[in-house]
Amino acid sequence: MSWLDKPATETQITHRSRLWLYALVVVLFAFLVLPTLLVIPMSFSESQYLEFPPRHLSLRWYEAYFNSRSWMHATATSFKAATLTVIVATPLGTIAAYGLYNAELATARLVSLLLITPIVIPIILVGTAIFYAYVRLKLVNSLIGVVLAHSILAIPIVIMIVTSALKSFDMNQERVARSLGASRVTAFFTVVMPQIKFAVLTAAVLSFLTSFDEVIVSLFVSGGENSTLTRIMFTALRDQIDPTIAAISTIMIVVTSLLLALAQMFGRQAKP
Amino acid sequence: MSLGDGHAAALRRDRTIERWLMLSLAAPALLLVFVCLIVPVGWLFYLSFFTDGGVATLHNYRNLVEQPSYARIFWTTFKVSALTTAICAVLGYPLAYFMSQLSARAANLCIILVLLPFWTSLLVRTYAWLVLLQRTGLINTWGMQLGLWSEPLALVNNMTGTLIGMVHIMLPFIVLPLYGSMRTIDRTLVQAAANLGASPVQSFVRVFLPLSLPGLTAGALVVFILCLGFYITPEVLGGGRVTMVSSRIATDIDTFLNWGSASALGAVLLLLTLILLWVASRLAKGLSLVGAGH
Repeated sequence: MSWLDKPATETQITHRSRLWLYALVVVLFAFLVLPTLLVIPMSFSESQYLEFPPRHLSLRWYEAYFNSRSWMHATATSFKAATLTVIVATPLGTIAAYGLYNAELATARLVSLLLITPIVIPIILVGTAIFYAYVRLKLVNSLIGVVLAHSILAIPIVIMIVTSALKSFDMNQERVARSLGASRVTAFFTVVMPQIKFAVLTAAVLSFLTSFDEVIVSLFVSGGENSTLTRIMFTALRDQIDPTIAAISTIMIVVTSLLLALAQMFGRQAKP
Repeated sequence: MSLGDGHAAALRRDRTIERWLMLSLAAPALLLVFVCLIVPVGWLFYLSFFTDGGVATLHNYRNLVEQPSYARIFWTTFKVSALTTAICAVLGYPLAYFMSQLSARAANLCIILVLLPFWTSLLVRTYAWLVLLQRTGLINTWGMQLGLWSEPLALVNNMTGTLIGMVHIMLPFIVLPLYGSMRTIDRTLVQAAANLGASPVQSFVRVFLPLSLPGLTAGALVVFILCLGFYITPEVLGGGRVTMVSSRIATDIDTFLNWGSASALGAVLLLLTLILLWVASRLAKGLSLVGAGH
């Protein structure tokens, strides 16, 4: 009896009678993973018309990207905005998570709820509302405006990651430090922080990605000299299919993968 | 009042002060969210009840009901969301079912594969589909080379392209919760059905399927809610032919600076989202109660 005729599950169905399921699963994984990966070889194509497999290899589209002032400028803006978002969102989110976790008040739950709203309500509304506020605060098209908007989106993520790390931390350790004479701040930095640092680092990496990948809010609040890479990409996508975007996409896939690997590494350290 | 009582009161007071001090650590983040998001959202909704001259009116909301262009947008939004949800459910169910029967190690590998697109930039993925689906794209070239069809199919800049892109984005959102809930189903029940003479199809349809329905409903609802607010995919892959609520809000502001109409539309979208989220959280609560039964 081949393995095909052996029962596959508790229902006693044979592998043979559910070969269709295996085929479907393979097709679905291909559907999920392949389209994005195909962009990589295509970006090295010589041709104007994105072909696969590319007939002639060239770095033409990478040259186009690195030689374009506007693409380079937008890339620099995105890196600046993402770095500053990490600097704003990580400390604000971390101390908020720490405070809310220890406050043990009914109000704390309400505050947590308010802080999570940016990722719960439809993103187009977030963009509209922030834009509306910025018109009055004169922050439209400014770098600081982009950074604050992205921080609003990153803070909930930081809070969730840090809170889950705090849950596995024994707060009595901090109480011991304080009863032995350490001040609140000293106790936080010498006892709490070393134990949640990998969660904080993971949160920092994900804040960077949140800002770097963000499109819709950037469409509203970034512009002119301070247009982000995603904003320029979105406009380019709506107008024509420019193979330069394949090169940029490949670079973005590499950046994202590296950062996620980093986050994964920190995440593993956080859970011993 | 004894000395002990005074002491206890002082301790209580200290603890209250301590708690509020802790809460105040959230103040900077809260201030940011308040000034840049919550206040403007409230303000926009307030404005949606007035004309430009400041006269109270329901004009903006009446427009949503009376103008046929809005009815079309709501219908498109509903249709796209419902179709995406249905396709995701039909494709995601077998995938989650398959994954739930694997060993923990193999299942984790599958989860990474499912999460891979989840973490790739939305724009990159949208671009990939644009390239694959266009008239001279890979799918059309291969399809015609293999003789599956003779004319290039219109796969993008329409509803088809929008749905393909949205299903690609939403599939992980239904597979993961479904997988989670299927893992908690007691397999000995299925075994018992088979033991008692049920055919594989019978034991699946009458035992496993009903037990997995709460997970499916919760996952599908989340997908539907997220679909309602989609903007980028229909904009790029719909080629201007698929206008959903978000696109209309953006044009109202970008092109016409029509805050009143955009806010009214936004209010309806938010209200719908919150109601459905509430329903989903109720379902999830029921689900965890079922899970706790094992």
